[in-house]
Amino acid sequence: MKKITRSAFGIASVVFIATTFLVAPGFAADAPTTVTNIFKPLSTPAQAIHEVSLLALAICAGIFLVVAGLLAYIVFRFRERPEDEGREPPQVYGSNQIELAWTVIPILIVFVLFLATARTIYDVQGAAPPTDALNVTVVGHQWWWEIRYPNLGIVTANELHVPVSEAGQRRPTFLKLESADVAHSFWVPQLAGKTDVIPNRENRMWIEPTQPGTYVGNCAEYCGMQHAHMMLRVIVHSAEEFTKWVAEQKQPPADDPQTRAGRDVFFTTACINCHGIRGTPAMGTFGPDLTHLMSRETLGAGTVANTAEKLRDWVRNPQTIKEGCNMPNMQLTETELNQIVAYLVTLK
Amino acid sequence: MAGSDIALSPAAETSLPIMSRLHELVVTVDHKKLGLMYISSALFFFAVAGLLASAMRMQLALPNNNLVGPGTFNRLFTMHGTSMVFLFGMPMIAGLMNYLVPLMIGARDMAFPRLNAFGFWMFLFGGLVLYSSYLTGPGLAGAGSAPDVGWFAYSPLTGQAFSRGHSTDYWTVGLLVAGVGSIVSAINVIATVVSLRCKGMTLMRMPLFVWLNVVAAAMIIFALPPLSAAQIMLLLDRFLGARFFNTQAGGSAVLWQHFFWIFGHPEVYILMIPGWACASEIIPVFSRKPIFGYPIMVAATVTIGFISVSVWAHHMFAVGMSPMANSFFAISTMLVGIPTGIKIFNWLATMYGGKIRFELPMLFCIAFLFQFLIAGLTGIMLSVAPFNWQLTDSYFVVAHFHYVLIGGLAFTIFAAIYYWYPKAMGRMLNKKLGLWHFWLFLIGFNLTFGPQHIAGILGMPRRIYTYDPGRGWELYNMLSSIGVIFQGAGILCFVINLLWSVRRGEPAGDDPWDAWTLEWSTTSPPPDYNYETLPEVRSRRPLWDLKHPEDPDWKYE
Repeated sequence: MKKITRSAFGIASVVFIATTFLVAPGFAADAPTTVTNIFKPLSTPAQAIHEVSLLALAICAGIFLVVAGLLAYIVFRFRERPEDEGREPPQVYGSNQIELAWTVIPILIVFVLFLATARTIYDVQGAAPPTDALNVTVVGHQWWWEIRYPNLGIVTANELHVPVSEAGQRRPTFLKLESADVAHSFWVPQLAGKTDVIPNRENRMWIEPTQPGTYVGNCAEYCGMQHAHMMLRVIVHSAEEFTKWVAEQKQPPADDPQTRAGRDVFFTTACINCHGIRGTPAMGTFGPDLTHLMSRETLGAGTVANTAEKLRDWVRNPQTIKEGCNMPNMQLTETELNQIVAYLVTLK
Repeated sequence: MAGSDIALSPAAETSLPIMSRLHELVVTVDHKKLGLMYISSALFFFAVAGLLASAMRMQLALPNNNLVGPGTFNRLFTMHGTSMVFLFGMPMIAGLMNYLVPLMIGARDMAFPRLNAFGFWMFLFGGLVLYSSYLTGPGLAGAGSAPDVGWFAYSPLTGQAFSRGHSTDYWTVGLLVAGVGSIVSAINVIATVVSLRCKGMTLMRMPLFVWLNVVAAAMIIFALPPLSAAQIMLLLDRFLGARFFNTQAGGSAVLWQHFFWIFGHPEVYILMIPGWACASEIIPVFSRKPIFGYPIMVAATVTIGFISVSVWAHHMFAVGMSPMANSFFAISTMLVGIPTGIKIFNWLATMYGGKIRFELPMLFCIAFLFQFLIAGLTGIMLSVAPFNWQLTDSYFVVAHFHYVLIGGLAFTIFAAIYYWYPKAMGRMLNKKLGLWHFWLFLIGFNLTFGPQHIAGILGMPRRIYTYDPGRGWELYNMLSSIGVIFQGAGILCFVINLLWSVRRGEPAGDDPWDAWTLEWSTTSPPPDYNYETLPEVRSRRPLWDLKHPEDPDWKYE
């Protein structure tokens, strides 16, 4: 029995320490993956957080080793033995010197940790945007992200496109966060910590990705029914690619005469109450802008891949794909459905 | 063990017709009966909330699972969190305080016995109101059943625009009612301790259990009213067109968060301090030494009480507060670590040099020390505001507070039940079943919540009803769900043990653990009036003095 207690503590400590150190080190990560490990930062603010986190982790691991070791030793060393039967150990009531020691040492540790913490808080929150920083407004909706580039005249959804920041030429992106309904939280772990997106309030944060690629994240504040399907993608381009993406997004929406039928259905049903297509009578803002719908990777804020087939399922009845989302089943006929989808897939 | 004959006399009571016994439960103002009613209702809600959690874990075991839909899942975690905090944690500590405080200070009952009964029934009705939402929640407006706004009920999700129907009102009213029960029971505990201590029981001779619970009760009086006030404001918003939290009309969403956490953070200590109180009685008895540094333990607890009311916004590091505010709440949170560390060191020092007996209460306390250490350290990590920007609202936080509230609080509660059950029932709990409970629950608990630290570090947010494969979360979620099976089996052993031992447990006698506080000097179970003649004490360990006249404590204190 006593033996089991002992070895269980031993095993538990080893497991805890091992996992701590396996996850902890920032292995030189060079490309974003879908496994969004906060210990593999690829952006300046995330890197600053990572450094202070490692300090905190090291201090905690040290304390854990000492205290858990002490506990294991005490449980083993001072267990009751058969020959102790009936005899009480010496009664010790306390010692002020010892109490003083284990008060002062933690105070010193807290002091050091606090200085490092405060410095990082000011570094991250106090960073001033350089003149060529990209400014983006992100608006949280139940359950998708509206992304606006006020200086570029671009509006898109769920996928934030930004340029990469390089040693010679820093291009951080500064985000203004707003909410159209309830509280959400913007979290792309490899790029920065999370910042809440709160209605009636303007929050700011910034990212500075150092590697091109696709970074995934989630809404991190519970926001109702489909909180789970409010995913984010940040697509980081090289400088040239980003310019190219901006040019494409600035193009007017496609207007292929062959898909006129679908276009008419779109403009004469309730679609336009919620969705906008730039330069057309469709000016709704409750749902995602569809001007360049097919340039996006997913539908329903990361719920399914954006293919013609899935798009058809979505338009037929979004509730089967994302139960509870604010787009209703529009009760379209098969013909209308085919026409509308044929039109939408041209919006590249 | 002269008391054991008397101990079995309640068997005679059971021969009364069932209606008389039920009637007795309804009208009783006896602190021991109320204490046991609190504890058994709390255990009932613990089982219900545990089942809700198991359903969530089954849903999350596999990616893109379809066992429960998003609506149901959101209700599950709302009811789970709300029940665990308000219908398990609060009544459980109220029950322990009720049963033990008068016995430990040598009193015949609480200061206000009828207020005591009122508190219990308010809690029970609050709980029933909350759960009746499952039956009647759709209301006239036709939306929702049980509340689905999370136990923290952040506005404006609770506003009329986003929460139609009446599910949110069941949450608000249920907790408002239960909250009144908690406040009056806290007032009662303080009044009892101030006015009913027996002769010789100075404040600094009270058992640590009593001291710590007085601090917790004082914190309840400070922390619960802000929540009640906020809930009333929410009702005004929803029914009378007020605009406190209605962001569409210029209200503030962040205001609710401040109100909620100025209650919510002290609440964590309100729950945890009674757990420490149990550990502070059990660890000395099974180490065969007095608690190390009694005055320092008292001072550390009072300090924690004070600091804990200045840390609330560490739940809000991500809401975009100024760097100054973030720094303030980081340092205040780190400071809590110091008195908490002192407590852990004092418990270790109590065990150091002792002769540790591995009885069930002690096993649970040792596991508590280990798990609470982890909880404390992950708490330090979370207090580092920048680290918190990554970890908050991720599964890391879920793991952290379950290490606090299950690994810390529930383990000490189990220890307390194994320790005091013989006093309350006159019979011992079965040791073999108890060991099964201990090991299954220990393994299950760590298997469920250990891996969640890693899932959080890999970016898994809280409160999602499903997730895509390929994010690196599958393994940790699967392990977590498997752990639930072990926990469930452990709890089953526990429940069987509780029921079986009422009739068939070994007779306990007055003082089965060779302990030192006053409650062990009366019979098991104690008579209605607790003590035939009120005791008189000369030290912190009156029974030690009796058993060791050659070396009494009062010589040294």
